[in-house]
Amino acid sequence: MIEEFLGYERTKGQVGIRNKIAVLSSVLCVNHIVQQIVNKVENGVAITHPLGCVQFGVDYTYTIRTLAGLGSNPNIYGVLVVGLGCESLKSTLLSKHIKRSKKPVEFFDVQDVKGGSNAAIEKGIKICKNLVNEANKLKRESFNFSHIILGLECGSSDAISGISANPAVGLVSDKIIELGGTCILPEFTEWIGTEHLLMERAINEKVAHKIKELINKFLEKSMKRGIDFRGIQPTPGNIEGGLTTIEEKSLGTIAKAGKAPIQGILDYSESPKGKGLWLMIEPGIDIESMTGLAAAGAQAILMTTGRGTPCGNPIAPVIKICGNEKTCEWMASNIDINASKIITENKKVEDIAEILWQKLKSVCNGEKTYAEQLGFNDLAVWRAHGTLPFIL
Amino acid sequence: MPQLKNKFIVMNSKDNCATALEEIPMSTEIKLKEKIIRINQKIPMGHKFALNDIKKGELIKKYGETIGIAIKEIKSGDWIHIHNIKSHYLKVIKE
Repeated sequence: MIEEFLGYERTKGQVGIRNKIAVLSSVLCVNHIVQQIVNKVENGVAITHPLGCVQFGVDYTYTIRTLAGLGSNPNIYGVLVVGLGCESLKSTLLSKHIKRSKKPVEFFDVQDVKGGSNAAIEKGIKICKNLVNEANKLKRESFNFSHIILGLECGSSDAISGISANPAVGLVSDKIIELGGTCILPEFTEWIGTEHLLMERAINEKVAHKIKELINKFLEKSMKRGIDFRGIQPTPGNIEGGLTTIEEKSLGTIAKAGKAPIQGILDYSESPKGKGLWLMIEPGIDIESMTGLAAAGAQAILMTTGRGTPCGNPIAPVIKICGNEKTCEWMASNIDINASKIITENKKVEDIAEILWQKLKSVCNGEKTYAEQLGFNDLAVWRAHGTLPFIL
Repeated sequence: MPQLKNKFIVMNSKDNCATALEEIPMSTEIKLKEKIIRINQKIPMGHKFALNDIKKGELIKKYGETIGIAIKEIKSGDWIHIHNIKSHYLKVIKE
């Protein structure tokens, strides 16, 4: 059977599973204007954040790459970038980056619009309405799954996650890769204890070395600050739940990434350089992680949870999978896939993976996840360091 | 509460431990393939028990991978937790 989904063709061989218009703040000062514009735009998403000024070094690089990546995501038809005019992260610069994706990109600065914020909002709405008209001309067409980039996330895990929802996601990840697609595993702090296994799965020595180097550097640097990451995992709660060692906990986490070979390590928000399974450097904070995945180009995210979390992403639909029976019941309106039947009904991990696969296909075809229906548009850009007070 | 068919899960055929999917009382007899395993202590849900005798210094396998090393003799059916296993990773990692 040929596995296909119905998506929107973009330029450069990319395919979206949503057809949204993004309005992006280049700086926090215009967030309210951006939100006011989006409120009047069909399928509009606001990409707002507390950043864009007095940033420097890696922190500035991360912010540009993340915001440009979000605008470039295939789920977005076209983008309006709104700046203030005096900020360090210029709307012209962001637009230039997003234009590399060859999609329609418009921009303006509020200080260039006569009539203040009201006029700027009107101007923005007008630009977006034109984008909406163009976007609506597109129809969904059949594509194979080699066009899909899938994010593999977990949040608020419990002792059951690692033996239920996570391995089910692992099987779906393997399936996407088998079909020629791409998956990204973020949250590098949760690989600690399994790096030898990740290294064995690396496609070559160079990638294996990079995995080792990354983890060792992180452990050494945190050790210098008096923090032994190896000693604080698993947490007392984890141990009470049945986990014994750091490697057992991390094995449960990396189960989301199945068995596929590892192509390489991506920096935060960096797009994969080819198909297959990629690791992404990201510290393990759900919203920052999913923002980085969407910025890297992920059109959909699978997120496992044990204790339950409602969060979502404005660009990539997030499918929640939960292995905890009580959470599935108590947070039924937030959990898309109930994996607790592995525990309660003797279902196999394979059975849950098949249900998840069918759900992923229909989400790719346009079905809204619970997080989408409820409007969870959570965004946070990972800060490499803070603003100026950090060095005072 | 319906009678559960499976009280435990073995993640990989190479594993020498299984995870309890509900609390398993002491003295429960569990059938795994042709073998009967008698549970020696109460196993809380999410916790593990040994599928065979494990010698001190032997590696504990879950997901087909090493999750730790036995620091005591472990008998088939024994509760496996931080009292009888420890991290193998922390031992082998370079300082």
